[in-house]
Amino acid sequence: MTAFFQNLGMSYEWAWAIATICGILLIALPLMLGVAMIIYADRKIWAAMALRRGPNVVGPFGLLQSFADGLKVFLQETIVPSAANKGIFLIAPIVTFTVALLAWAVIPFNSGAVLADINVGLLYVLAISSLGVYGTVMAGWASNSKYPFFSAMRASAQMISYEVSIGFILICVVLWANSFNLNEIVLAQKGAGLGFVNGFWFNILLFPMWVMFLISGMAETGRAPFDLTEAESELVAGFQTEYSSMSFALYWLGEYANVLLMCALNATLFFGGWLPPFEIPFLYWVPGFVWLLLKILFFFFIFSWVKATVPRYRYDQLMRLGWKVFLPVSLGFVVLVSGWLMFTRYGA
Amino acid sequence: MVDLSQYLPILIFLVIALALSTAFVFLPMGVARLTGTHNPNADKLSEYECGFPAFEDPRSQFDVRFYLIAILFIVFDLEAAFLFPWAVSLDVTGWPGWITMMVFLGELAIGLAYAWKKGALDWE
Repeated sequence: MTAFFQNLGMSYEWAWAIATICGILLIALPLMLGVAMIIYADRKIWAAMALRRGPNVVGPFGLLQSFADGLKVFLQETIVPSAANKGIFLIAPIVTFTVALLAWAVIPFNSGAVLADINVGLLYVLAISSLGVYGTVMAGWASNSKYPFFSAMRASAQMISYEVSIGFILICVVLWANSFNLNEIVLAQKGAGLGFVNGFWFNILLFPMWVMFLISGMAETGRAPFDLTEAESELVAGFQTEYSSMSFALYWLGEYANVLLMCALNATLFFGGWLPPFEIPFLYWVPGFVWLLLKILFFFFIFSWVKATVPRYRYDQLMRLGWKVFLPVSLGFVVLVSGWLMFTRYGA
Repeated sequence: MVDLSQYLPILIFLVIALALSTAFVFLPMGVARLTGTHNPNADKLSEYECGFPAFEDPRSQFDVRFYLIAILFIVFDLEAAFLFPWAVSLDVTGWPGWITMMVFLGELAIGLAYAWKKGALDWE
């Protein structure tokens, strides 16, 4: 894109700056639009599984429902409780939403179509998703209200517990791809399965890791069946209880942006990212970002499906699953995968 | 090779994302003042505890188990931090590197087993 602006007669620095800002807007604006549509899609899928219609009044097929909701929360009154610590109370949603947007900087949408092609991309994603905990804790603490505080403690403990196993699962992928750069991880999956399936999911050693990554992703983003942080019957509405208006909506936007990120990571790390599913030249006619989008939507459907069908976990069960099942198993798989690679690829 | 110039777009993204979310938080507050929706009173600004006034200070005490989980997280995240460079250089370090890391993992596995046995991972 820099070359395009240079052809318009700009110096390299200006062309680069404008191209970068365009790139950022090309990620952030479709992402926010996508989040709005995905909330609608979530409600539609959920309704369809309960044999209902879902939102179908606002706009054709209810397509404008999310925008109507957005306008509504925008015009509502922002209530800052008198007992709350006002500064932190208002900064918390800013942190959450900023962090949710920022992680998308390193996701490759096509060969070379990535905002920041850093060689520790996966580490960056891990770091940014850890920062999400701060938004939660700040919100719960600053509300100065009992149930938001409990919920924030629960949510942060849940997020960091599953981050541990996500870290080990990512190490398995990194071991196989031998790189932290997300584009190189995608390229390493080219023909990974029997020479014609693109993706690591086909791999017997990595398939269990993918299943665990999918479940950990649900727990990490606080989606059902792990939505204990918002268990309405015990904690009112979670750490956002005291929020209203747009700052409340920012938590929803951030949560769905994180869910989309998890879907994108599933696609990128295990299902070949922007590569077509099979190594057939014909499939390369479809642009890469379309494949990535289709894969993201596929994983989002799985997320919605699970939300609509699985009952909520109990908190002690959640912690047991994270620390006593996922952590030892993913640790074991790090040993297994690295050992296998030593014997087959690097061995002497 | 560290290509630091690739981090500049992230910095610009940070500035734009911050501006965007700050606008999202503060714009509605301004709009509410213009449209007259902004109309606070003491009852509205009190904390929500299912209709009752708050019984006690919410910041009194919380369960020590959260603290334990946080400590364990620090330990295992640090372990992951040691695994990252090892994972990308397995082809260079070869068997000595692999065996060394297995010893490290084994020691941490002993730590995990101890925490497990002690009941630090239980939530009862």
